[in-house]
This record gives sequence, C-alpha cells and structure tokens, in this order.
Amino acid sequence: MRIFKALLVVSLLLGFSGSLAAKETKVGFVYVSPIGDAGWSYAHDQGRLAVESMEGVTTSYVESVPEGPDAERVIQNMARKGFDVVFATSFGYMDPMLKVAGQFPDTVFMHCSGFKMSENMGNYFGRMYQARFLSGMVAGAMTESNIIGYAAAFPIPEVIRGINAFALGAQSVNADATVRVVWTKTWYDPATEKEAAKSLLDVGADVIAQHQDSPGPQEAAQEKGVYSIGYNSDMSAFAPKAHLTAPVWNWGPYYASVVKSVQDGTWKAEAAWPGMETGIVDLAPFADMVPAEIQKMVEAKKAEIIAGKTDVFVGPIKNQDGKVMIADGVAADDKTLLGMTWFVEGVIGTTE
Amino acid sequence: MTFELIIPLLAATVQSGTPILYATLGEIITEKSGVLNLGVEGIMIVGALAGFIAAKFTGNPVLAFVLAGFAGCAAASIHGIVCLLFQGNQVVSGLALTILGTGFANYLGTSYVGQSAPGFSPYAIPYLVDIPGLGPILFNQDPLVYLTYFIPVLIWFYLFSTRHGLGVRAVGENPSAARAGGLSVSLYRWGAILGGGFFMGLGGAYLSLAYTHLWTNNMTAGRGWIAVALVIFAFWRPGRAVFGAYLFGGIMSLQLRLQAAGTQLPSSLLLMLPYLLTIIVLVFSSWKSGKSAAPAALGVNMKPTE
Repeated sequence: MRIFKALLVVSLLLGFSGSLAAKETKVGFVYVSPIGDAGWSYAHDQGRLAVESMEGVTTSYVESVPEGPDAERVIQNMARKGFDVVFATSFGYMDPMLKVAGQFPDTVFMHCSGFKMSENMGNYFGRMYQARFLSGMVAGAMTESNIIGYAAAFPIPEVIRGINAFALGAQSVNADATVRVVWTKTWYDPATEKEAAKSLLDVGADVIAQHQDSPGPQEAAQEKGVYSIGYNSDMSAFAPKAHLTAPVWNWGPYYASVVKSVQDGTWKAEAAWPGMETGIVDLAPFADMVPAEIQKMVEAKKAEIIAGKTDVFVGPIKNQDGKVMIADGVAADDKTLLGMTWFVEGVIGTTE
Repeated sequence: MTFELIIPLLAATVQSGTPILYATLGEIITEKSGVLNLGVEGIMIVGALAGFIAAKFTGNPVLAFVLAGFAGCAAASIHGIVCLLFQGNQVVSGLALTILGTGFANYLGTSYVGQSAPGFSPYAIPYLVDIPGLGPILFNQDPLVYLTYFIPVLIWFYLFSTRHGLGVRAVGENPSAARAGGLSVSLYRWGAILGGGFFMGLGGAYLSLAYTHLWTNNMTAGRGWIAVALVIFAFWRPGRAVFGAYLFGGIMSLQLRLQAAGTQLPSSLLLMLPYLLTIIVLVFSSWKSGKSAAPAALGVNMKPTE
C-alpha cells in the first residue's frame, strides 16, 4: 500500500513538473517518514520549501520511503525523470543512492548522514552536537535533582555524540549533573518513547531530553510536571508547560546553496559537515520558564561557538571509567567525533 | 532496583498491559465461537486511527473510543464475510486482514502523523488511591484502565454463566450438535466476530487516546500478535488473560526501567525480553495443556447446508 502510494505521488508530481518549462532546475527529496512527523523529515521538508521559493526551481518529494530496495527504485525513478539534484535524507539510503549515482553520471546526488561518496554523489550533515551542548547547558541549569533523563534512539556514533555533547553542556554549568540514558531502538514510536521517558522520570529525572522524532517524551514530561528539551524542530506545541528549548535543524540555507552551486555549474562532490556558524543547526526559542540569566549565558556560549572561539569536545574529556579519552587542551578531530562509541563521565547507561 | 521503583513499575505494567488485554479479550470471544481471527493487529491499528481521527474532529474522547470499537467491528466484518459467507480459509483471511488493516491505516493516517488529539489522562480515584501499595498501582490510572477491571469479569460471566454464552461455546466446540439443538451457527459466529472486533478496536484506540495522544503509522507495533499468543497462554479464559497481559506489560516496562536504573546489561538483550517471553509462553502452554483447552472446532468452517 505504502509502495503504491509512493509510486502514485511520484508519478503525479513528475507528471506536473514535466509539463512546466524545460529550463527549470528539478530537485527531488526522499524522506524516510511522513513530513508531518514534527521531527526529522519535517525539518528536511522545511528546507525543501526554502529551495522551492528559489527562482527557476521546482521541487518534489516522496515520503515514507523504506530504507532498502524501495529507496533504490524511488531514487532511480527521480534520476530517470530528469531531476537535476536528488537529496536522500536517511542513513540507509546511502548504498542504494551510490548504486544509482553510478548509472546516472549527469545527476547530482546528495546523501544526508552517511560517509560514502563518488564523482556525482556528495554527503552532508550538520554539527548538531553544538546545539546539543547548548541545550544541555539549559537542562543542567534547570535541574534540581541533578538527574537528567535522555530517551535515546540507537547506539550509533551520531546519537552517542549528541548525548556526550549534551552531558558536557549540562556539566559546564552544573558539575553534579548526571545524564541517564534509556535506549528505545526506535526513531518514531510514540508509545515506547513515552514509556522510556516515564521510566526516566521514575528514577528521579526532572528534565527529559530525547533523540527520537516523536513528541512522546515531551508528553510524559508535561504530564509529570517537569521540564523537557525537544529535538529536530520546535516541539513546544506538544508540551507548552514543559518544553524549554530544542536543538533544531535548519536545512533551508544549506539546500539553497547546494542547488545554487548546481545551477552555476560549480558543484563538486564533497563531504560537508557545516556547523552552527552557517545556521544549519540552532536552538529553538527559549520558553518563558528559562530565567533570563540562563538565556544570556547560553546565548553568550552560542556566540563563542559561532565565532569559532570555543568548541564542544575540547579535552580533558574522560570516559565513564575516568580514563582520559581526549587529552587536555586538544580539540577532537572529525574522525574521533564520527567514530564516537563511548560515553563521557557523568553519563549513566551503556553504549551496547 | 530499589523498592520505591517497584510501585511505578507495577503502575506502568498495568498501563502497558491494557491495550493487549482489550485485544486478547476480543480474540477470546471470537475464538470461543470456533473462529480463529489472526487479523488482530490489523483491526487494532484501524481502531487506533479511527479513535484518533474521531477525537480530533469531535473533541470528545469517549465518543471517539466507542467509534473506534465500531471501526474494529467494521474491519472484523471482512473476516466474517470471507469465512462465514464464502467459507474462506480462516488463517489466510486473518493474515490478509492484518496486512490490509495496516496498509489502510497507514494510507489514511499519514497526514495525521505528528498531530495531537484530545484523549484520556490519569485520574486518581479519591480514597482508593490512598491504599498503600495497591492504590498508586491500580487507582491512579486513566478511565480506560478502570474499565478493564470490570470487562473481563463481564465477559467471563457472559461466556460461562449465561444461556447465550453457552451458545457461543457450543458452536465453538461442536457446531453440528449446536445446529441440531436449534442454534444458528453462523449468527453466533457473526456475533462473536463483531463483538471480538469491537474489543480489538478498543485496544488499538487505547494506544492513540490514552497511552499517548498521538497517531503514528504502525503504532500497534506487534501488540496484536502478542494478543493472539496470549489467548493460548490464557487457555481461552478471561481471568488468565488479565494475568498474561500484565505479564507482558510488566516485561515491556521492566526493560526500559532496568536501563533507567543504570544496569550495565546490553540494551539489545533487554529489548528481546518480550519476544523471548512470547516463545516461552507458547512452549509452556502447549506443554501444559496440549490442544485440550482450545475450542474443538477452532478454525473449522461449517457450511450452512452441512
């Protein structure tokens, strides 16, 4: 059913765009979940809308595309219909996209969150950990029990890096803050994710953060009358009394710049990992519950990160056993960050 | 795990067991009449979506909950049409219903992902909630959980102490004899399929109206299959279904709480627990009862002319 629907959407959209002027740059997006999810795909679709508003560009998208053979078919379909740029926004699209990229050398392929590339396929991601650090500062300043709960998705470097950055942020303002981690092994399952947040609340957490896309953990925090930190997009509508802020994605400017470079003919395949200075990651507006001095402190830190004066993973950083993993005064290089599989001191949980 | 964590754990156990309990009771009613309905998962998700949409548009969760039950009836009626009207294979029909229901709900539900709707929230029952131990576990839940304190008793009473319930069991055990005794087998089976579908729909709606106030694709996440297994575990008895549903709810809640409490066990191992338990339960119940507890005519169609 889902496949049929995806096909239907593609063919309709392609039918429409095909009848328009021939010179337009056609940009396609492939999403892993519905765009209404308030999370990951929603954020990407906001970026697509920014591209759509550019001169001489038409966009289309296919949502809820499962990772695997279906993804290959959808990407291939877009390439065959003459799309100039295709963005695939989930890790599992990497190999299918690489395969299709080999078959269509004149199309530009962009893959989000992976590491493989070719002549006409680039990859990109954003330094979300910078925004995670800032949201951790807010959580660390607001907690009274010094237990912050973190509903985590899958134990992969991206998620672990986010938890570590969050914990470092919390510890930078509150040395006693601990972060307790519960893995749900889901990206979008409101029931399980809410239950995970509740289990963290039961062990005394009074601020809940999350990595999954559903607002389930936010609901749990609001029902218990404690605070929460969202993710992906501003989740305050789901828990207005709990939601303090959220590390958010802002893909629009980046997508626009990629499409621009394709139009200019200056595009080259690269592995792009832009940070807060480009605005690709940011913090959602603070709720009124966050005192002005904390807001000011976080804003100051944000300005330092943007100016490049400071970074998140600067030693000494110890792991859970107290062993120094990043030496004093050393800033971790990208290779260390991309392969991070250990928790920093003060995180309670296991990466297995 | 310390003592003060046990009470929240047990309270969460009751809550996560509730959707499974609704669905298990529905399947017990259906199977007691001799009809095997493997479409529980599909019917539940249709109920979850129907409840969510109804709550969103009417703003009335009670009405939405009832409508979700009727949506469950509507989905289950497909099984009735295939198996009773056309004498189709019950196993195949049920499996198809699961796939159809899931696809149908995803198709209609995609545009509702990420929205929230009004629903049920916990309501502490005065005085009862103050009972030490039991109070916070049983009487600080939402109204849909309180309903499940009565429903199994009513179903048990209906099946085992009323004339009509005897009829349902008779068509499940020996339809030919029931026919000879003047009962309409297909009418009883229709009633059991629709009644069972009603409770399965309620179980789905519990997920989107009370457990969370959100809708998502594949929201039931295999709970319908657990219900099918639990019917066997419960030996087709409503009382044991309560026990089984809470056992599963407990395992689901326990694995997350073990992590929160800071255990060093790998999370993958903990997440396996509910499924491991399903297998253990099935092995245990077949070893314990063989096939004797199942309705004798379960899964066997009966032609109106036989």
